[in-house]
Amino acid sequence: MRGPLLQVNNLRKFFPIHGGLLQREVNNVKAVNDVSFNINSGEVVGLVGESGSGKTTVGRTILRLEKATSGTVQFDGKNVITLGTSEMRNHRKRMQMIFQDPYASLNPREKVRAVLIHPLKLHKIGDPSEYEDRASTLLEKVGLSSEHLDRFPHEFSGGQRQRIGIARALAVEPEFIVADEPVSALDVSIQAQVINLLEDLKENLDLTMLFIAHDLGVVEHICDRVIVMYLGKVVEIASTADLYENANHPYTKALLSAVPVHTPGKRQNRIILKGDIPSPINPPSGCVFRTRCPIAISECANVVPELKSVGNRHTSACILST
Amino acid sequence: MLLEKTAPPILEVRDLQTTFSLTKSLSVRAVDGVSFDVNKGETLAIVGESGSGKSVTSLSIMGLLPKDTGRVSGGSIKLNGREITTLDDRAMRDIRGKQIGMIFQEPMTSLNPVHTVGQQISEMVVRHENLTKAKARIRAIEMLHMVGIPEPKIGVDNYPHQLSGGMRQRAMIAMALACEPSILIADEPTTALDVTVQAQILELMHNLQDKLGMAIIFITHDLGVVAEVADRVVVMYASQVVETARVNDIFEQPRMPYTAGLINSIPRLGSSVNKKRLEAIPGNVPSLTNLPGGCRFHPRCGFSKDICRSSVPTLQAAGANHMIRCTRWSDLNLNGGLNS
Repeated sequence: MRGPLLQVNNLRKFFPIHGGLLQREVNNVKAVNDVSFNINSGEVVGLVGESGSGKTTVGRTILRLEKATSGTVQFDGKNVITLGTSEMRNHRKRMQMIFQDPYASLNPREKVRAVLIHPLKLHKIGDPSEYEDRASTLLEKVGLSSEHLDRFPHEFSGGQRQRIGIARALAVEPEFIVADEPVSALDVSIQAQVINLLEDLKENLDLTMLFIAHDLGVVEHICDRVIVMYLGKVVEIASTADLYENANHPYTKALLSAVPVHTPGKRQNRIILKGDIPSPINPPSGCVFRTRCPIAISECANVVPELKSVGNRHTSACILST
Repeated sequence: MLLEKTAPPILEVRDLQTTFSLTKSLSVRAVDGVSFDVNKGETLAIVGESGSGKSVTSLSIMGLLPKDTGRVSGGSIKLNGREITTLDDRAMRDIRGKQIGMIFQEPMTSLNPVHTVGQQISEMVVRHENLTKAKARIRAIEMLHMVGIPEPKIGVDNYPHQLSGGMRQRAMIAMALACEPSILIADEPTTALDVTVQAQILELMHNLQDKLGMAIIFITHDLGVVAEVADRVVVMYASQVVETARVNDIFEQPRMPYTAGLINSIPRLGSSVNKKRLEAIPGNVPSLTNLPGGCRFHPRCGFSKDICRSSVPTLQAAGANHMIRCTRWSDLNLNGGLNS
């Protein structure tokens, strides 16, 4: 196994809430609260959780699209959070992002050619005479062709647009990609096409990827390891097979049991959680999941559970886990 | 299920055509010859991708097509034996909410933000059942209790923005069922919800159906949800029904290549044990203004032959309660469903 490419330590991102006469900061949304994990070179790591769990904010903070409140993000040994402007610009080409909504993430006035050549110019990659060839090659990599260079985004279907978004991310030959719900806006029959494409690219280009998604079936299919988040906290990390076969944290168990099975009449014993995810402005004391946890005890309100080892490279944040 | 044979269906849709005019000269058929029955107490799932016509089918049944552009241009819809496509607005208003309940995908946009949940439920009951306001309020509280809203006596005076997504969808269900309709049309009711909340809502709908005995039309694109809730399934593609069967047959023996393709293209739980490549359906859903000739699925179908390009398939019987729209179905061996 190769060493970690990315090490996230005690990452926090709080969004301030302003109020009162002087618009002082009166409170904050604890979107990401003390999150730590590693991603090894060549690994695809899934980041799952429900809306409001902070998974997208983690992705954006790693890429410095959001400024971290505290903590470190070491990429290839360098702390991304403290890089200066020019260093950061150099660094950006090593990490790229694929966005969820292929309709919102492409400039409607830019032809595909401009979409793909723009990052090359910005990062001064290759000679301008090669741009055209590079753009064509990129399109072929993602299953489109050079005849698409002169088209505008509105001339493409959702699946094709997502392919263009992927080509744009690959233009600067990054080592690391954050894919934020890359298939959830796509129709069922198109999802599989894009998942297969991502798998091929990962193999052929030796990419390392953080794959953010709420669809647990997709995550199991594509990821080597999975991180489960709930209300700004990591609750469990394990290899994919381990997590799906042998979930430890009560939240992970409930989440997996809530996924509809594709076999009529074969409904497993479902753990139905009570209530909704609490507000990240005032998260519960102690364990953030305790208000919905089927096995919570009074101590859960007092102790903030740490991630502890429950198996081979398998950690879980529950004081009751063994 | 013996009841199915004797009792007349609650809803009979026959050869439904719904047309939208895009410009003065251009119109498209968003629903093209759709037929199905819904029986008492059963759940019929309508599955399809975006643009397949599943939502327009439900809007046509409810008489909620946009007045200036859309209209039912042919076929019939019978509710408890009575033709409803020819009814005027006033008569349809008596049916909606009373005989047909409705819930939609996004409960925030389908509830009125300036009225309390209780006012919105009471309004329905006063309109349809001539109850006094005081009695209607009591009914509203009962309904909110039934759908699991905590402290319904307080919840009845909440505005929609004070509720979470899951609670709003519960309030929508309370409103839809307040007049005990014989059929509930649910259009992607859990699509906007998180998976743990989706599980709560599906269980609630299941329990309410047991208790109240209404039929449900469940419109969704999620085959996992279909497997869980449906008794029978209608699969739609490019404005047409392409397959209809009992839920077990759809998943175990899909006969239409499109249905089998959909089932095989979805990553399901358990794939990390037995990892293999997804079988994607190539190409895109065709545009309604530019439909392929012959079978509408043939450009994307792995089994298509010349005959699929030249002849238009009709919906035909392929077994007990199993209809499909494929010319070549009897020659095909689709390894879909559970065996794959």
